[in-house]
Amino acid sequence: MSDTGKFGEYGGQYVPEALMPAIEELTDAYERYVLDNEDGFMDEFRERLRDFGGRPTPLQHAEQLSARYDTEVYLKREDLVHGGAHKLNNALGQVLLAKYMGKERIIAETGAGQHGTATAMAAAHLDMPCEIYMGRTDINRQRPNVFRMRLNGAEVNPVTVGRGTLKEAISETMRDWATTVETTHYVIGSIVGPAPFPDMVREFQSVISEEAREQAQERIGRLPDSVVACAGGGSNTMGAFAQFVDDGDVDLLAVEAGGSSLTVDEAEGVAPNSATLSTGDEGVLHGARTKLLQDSDGQIMESHSVSAGLDYAGVGPELAHLVDEGRVTPANVDDAAALEAFHRLSQDEGIIPALETAHAFGFLHENPDAVGDVTVINVSGRGDKDLETVIEETDKRDLDVDVDMSVFDAAGGAM
Amino acid sequence: MANNPDLEAVFERDEPAFVPYLAAGDPSYEASLEYVEALARGGADVIELGLPFSEPIAEGKTIQNAIVRALEGGMTPDRFFEFVEDLDVDVPLVCMTYYNLIYQYGEEDGPRPFVEKAAEVGLTGFVVPDLPAEEADPLREACDEFDLDLVFIVAPTTRGDRLDRMREQVSGYVYVQARLGTTGARDDVSDQTDESLARIDDWDVPKAVGFGIKEGDHAARIVRAGADGIIVGSALVDIVAEHHGSAGSQTESGNVAEGYENDDPVSEVADRLETKARELKAGALRGADQRTETVSGDDR
Ligand SMILES: Cc1ncc(COP(=O)(O)O)c(C=O)c1O
Repeated sequence: MSDTGKFGEYGGQYVPEALMPAIEELTDAYERYVLDNEDGFMDEFRERLRDFGGRPTPLQHAEQLSARYDTEVYLKREDLVHGGAHKLNNALGQVLLAKYMGKERIIAETGAGQHGTATAMAAAHLDMPCEIYMGRTDINRQRPNVFRMRLNGAEVNPVTVGRGTLKEAISETMRDWATTVETTHYVIGSIVGPAPFPDMVREFQSVISEEAREQAQERIGRLPDSVVACAGGGSNTMGAFAQFVDDGDVDLLAVEAGGSSLTVDEAEGVAPNSATLSTGDEGVLHGARTKLLQDSDGQIMESHSVSAGLDYAGVGPELAHLVDEGRVTPANVDDAAALEAFHRLSQDEGIIPALETAHAFGFLHENPDAVGDVTVINVSGRGDKDLETVIEETDKRDLDVDVDMSVFDAAGGAM
Repeated sequence: MANNPDLEAVFERDEPAFVPYLAAGDPSYEASLEYVEALARGGADVIELGLPFSEPIAEGKTIQNAIVRALEGGMTPDRFFEFVEDLDVDVPLVCMTYYNLIYQYGEEDGPRPFVEKAAEVGLTGFVVPDLPAEEADPLREACDEFDLDLVFIVAPTTRGDRLDRMREQVSGYVYVQARLGTTGARDDVSDQTDESLARIDDWDVPKAVGFGIKEGDHAARIVRAGADGIIVGSALVDIVAEHHGSAGSQTESGNVAEGYENDDPVSEVADRLETKARELKAGALRGADQRTETVSGDDR
């Protein structure tokens, strides 16, 4: 990236004027505290990541998967971070930064609820009041996370406009921020939004690849042939890729949600997928120029994925740029394949992954030849939050998995 | 539409300008034409016409809902340009929209095709709330090429270098945001307005104040404070919303007068808009008179 907050053509700062001074203030704070470690910010961040967050996370060799696909599969276990997902790396960094900046209040948006949970946890940990915006649809499919946010003392504000998912929640959080900008920090949940957010979030998340790189050297004496991560906004993705970007021999594979189909209903303004890197066009949304799911007029489309955390019509500008440069390869996996992968990983390895993460494993299943002899797959989060959705979706479909909950439903209402 | 006076001519007149906003196509193409024309009859000096974008991040609930209605009513950029051509008004029209729609229009990426088309149908300029001066060069260049104005918004938080940058880029008028937050009618006038106006006192562009103005008295108060014009959106959109329900409300209890029924709502709404416009324009004129009185009072 450059000094101007641009990644090639992408990035920038397309926000209402009222927010611009806050963004300048944030840029300044990011440079001083994060990049220059002023007042020992980064030392404190790393210490809190270790003691509160539970880092470093292991790089685990996955025996069953390695045998199944005849390639050495290593898992970067971000599901073991406190709260159960990579989102904490960023949330903790930003809430701490807000504290250093003297802000009094935290707001955030959330899709899967994982970023909301991480932010609520970080805010409770650092004693900051916190409000979370979440789409109605996502609240319905991610109830355990809503409860966890409430448990940590955060307000959860339902957003019912549009389809009630992440896109609408981000717009709503920007509206709050435009009113409260002088006292409030908006913790963006992925590598999206106006500069310096994409850079800053990538910086907080790059601890994933920093550790994975070292762990790979230690364990196998060399770098992996590929790194695979799911991509919604792209924060676990860039976190897992960042320290490998300069290693030209390491393939970087970003797996998006193929949803139910890659074809688009322009008339309805709906994309039945969230495969922005694979199918999107350049445009401007939520503060940045990036690839977007949009119609020919430039109206943003409703996206879809069975996993709430991937269900977004945009993607991080840095990732869009790296795809154009040919450094990152985009791929996608549909809802059914992700659900099957969810079951398979649970049975093969005893790891219940987030539905978002399951897309990365769906990719491995469909393309075992694409990952080389040694691959690192980022386990971006764990699946407890998704169990309701998985039960419902598994029942609805004829999936190639062994778990069948319907036998229990027939038992005669003893529950 | 032809022979529009330009913005300069409007603000050179010795009276404050009344600048209403409506979302084009809210709730339908035909009704919206009547509503905009009613504003012109009610004394509008410039009209800000919203071209609806699906993610209007600078808008509060009222205008957000208007945008949803307009989109559901089939408004698109091409329909918008037709709308401008179909309007029978003789005041300058400023297009208020978000950058993605401008950027996407036409074959090539970038703002030029949109601006060219806007000039062709007789628009006078643009307000683009998600385009700060830092990112505005390509649009500014296209506007210069086709002789259109680019209005920037000064927020209560805008200071220092950012003001200078904007001062260099702005033309037509400067939009002074009366308070922090999103658009939406309010019951009072914020002191932030006076501070913002004071900061740009020596700019030689007309200053129009908007965000939250709802009544004639607010308009008077703001003109008294030194504004060259007042911009009113949500208070007018509220009148449309009352009669046409509120699609896609953002909070769970947000529906305005849902199920409202009326045999001929369109002409009734148009009448109410015209009346409201008269009230606001009269308020602005009153403010100007009071300003003169104060000045001569000081002289004595
Ligand atoms: C577990 C998990 N993985 C991945 C994602 C996708 O986000 P990103 O692409 O920013 O990593 C989410 C988002 O909520 C998530 O909860």
